[in-house]
Amino acid sequence: MGKHVLLIEDEPNIIEAIRFILSRDGWSVDTHSDGANAIERVQSMKPDLIILDVMLPNKSGYDILRDLRDDALTAKLPVLMLTARGQTKDRELAERLGVNEFITKPFSNSDILASVRALAGAG
Amino acid sequence: MPRSALTGSRIRDRRTAKGLKQADLAREVGISPSYLNLIEHNRRRIGGKLLIDLSRALEVEASQLTEGAEAALLSRMRQAAADAPKVVTESDRADEFAGRFPGWAGLVAVQHDRIAQLERTVETLTDRLTHDPFLSTSLYDVVSSVTSIRSTSSILAGEEELDAEWQGRFLQNLDNDSRRLAESSQALVAYLDGVGDAQGGATSPQEELEGYLLRNGFTLNALEDGTATPAELVVDAALDSEPAQILALAYFERYAKDARRLPLKGFIAQYAVTPDPATLAQIYQADIAMILRRIATLPEDDPEQRIGLVTCDASGTLTFRKESPGFSIPKFGAACPLWTLYQALICPNTPIQTVVEQASRTAPLFRCYAIAQPLQPASFTAPTVIEATMLILPLEGPHQMAPMEMAQPVGSSCRICPRDECAARREPSILADGF
Repeated sequence: MGKHVLLIEDEPNIIEAIRFILSRDGWSVDTHSDGANAIERVQSMKPDLIILDVMLPNKSGYDILRDLRDDALTAKLPVLMLTARGQTKDRELAERLGVNEFITKPFSNSDILASVRALAGAG
Repeated sequence: MPRSALTGSRIRDRRTAKGLKQADLAREVGISPSYLNLIEHNRRRIGGKLLIDLSRALEVEASQLTEGAEAALLSRMRQAAADAPKVVTESDRADEFAGRFPGWAGLVAVQHDRIAQLERTVETLTDRLTHDPFLSTSLYDVVSSVTSIRSTSSILAGEEELDAEWQGRFLQNLDNDSRRLAESSQALVAYLDGVGDAQGGATSPQEELEGYLLRNGFTLNALEDGTATPAELVVDAALDSEPAQILALAYFERYAKDARRLPLKGFIAQYAVTPDPATLAQIYQADIAMILRRIATLPEDDPEQRIGLVTCDASGTLTFRKESPGFSIPKFGAACPLWTLYQALICPNTPIQTVVEQASRTAPLFRCYAIAQPLQPASFTAPTVIEATMLILPLEGPHQMAPMEMAQPVGSSCRICPRDECAARREPSILADGF
């Protein structure tokens, strides 16, 4: 435990709920709400794991994931993706881009926690 | 086989429909059953007294036996066949089919009409559901609110005791999210009610503005005579949403500027004499886009002959729609790339006019004038912002086709365009594929 998560999500109340759940579980949680400079934020924060929403202002989660995988420093960084669209093609796109885990909104808190723990253990 | 040659078939059908035996009918009209049998198999032609006797016995007009199915029924059957070119029909025997089986033929015609009606509804609904940004945003709002509510309520209902500050924050979040969910849901229900009505209400700010303009005939007298400012007219228009009010202000400001530059009364008189937009631009020393917009705001005598106007930005997104009856304009998503509008977009500052034929059952013709112009002065430091404008004129009066002039086939948008071999097609048509 004690690992560092960067939550990239633009819905304030979802941010607060996830931050609370993970903090209570011993995680250090930073947040970022804009797609445009998310990559710079990842590079400066150096998180152990990223929770990434798909629908973000200015740049989509898919584009951010693509940029992360193109950079040798973040190519293997565990990414848990959140999306309101659970269609097969969305999941396939995320997998092609190299996502580690894909959760559809609305999610349960236990799903988020279990996925984060599993990814941190794998990472 | 000519229709009159099927008189015997109709006599037989009518007799069996009435439950008469061949021998009984033959006896009633004074001929032998074997002769009636030959007549009923179209091997003997009849007329005169015998035809009248048979029609009286069968309680039908003689003409119904000789003329057979109505020409309109045959026309609808042939149209049904033409709309399904992949199905091989015995077109030379349509008359025989209609004559022998009028009920089934009527059913084919009714089904064809019904399919046409459903296709029109599907066009409208598919257009909305596929490309509708309002629906997408509303659903996203609903899912986001539900996600937050579910997660927050799980925390509050959890086993661990929360301190008062966290509890207060989460309760506040729940309250906010539940309000937001209620608003999103109401908007969604209102929208879906509108979808049910294919002519539905405004579902986007652009539609809201266009609805207001439609109700006011697209001629805004308060701006024409200067009795209201654009801002005052926005208040007067009482549009529901703030985005629609912002769009309206921009539209009204441009309208007022056009009206000051080209006063309506004089412009009406000049247009009657000089309907060509390029000539009008020279006379008024005005840019062609302004002339096209001004023509589109002329008071209309007949809504069926309404002059249409569309504008788009450099991405091809339609930014304004005024429909001309018969010229189908998609409400969402991209339009037909063969439109004169887009031909103008790829040749900025070059006026283009084309006669176009829309892909529909009636294949209406229109004369379209278009031009693409920068919206701002040229700059080395900023991208060029361009707008294309297309005027859509019903093909009548001074805008008739010239001898040897050809019409360009166009559609509305690919998904609802039935044209099979089109080099500009982006995706298969749901109509051509029979969905």
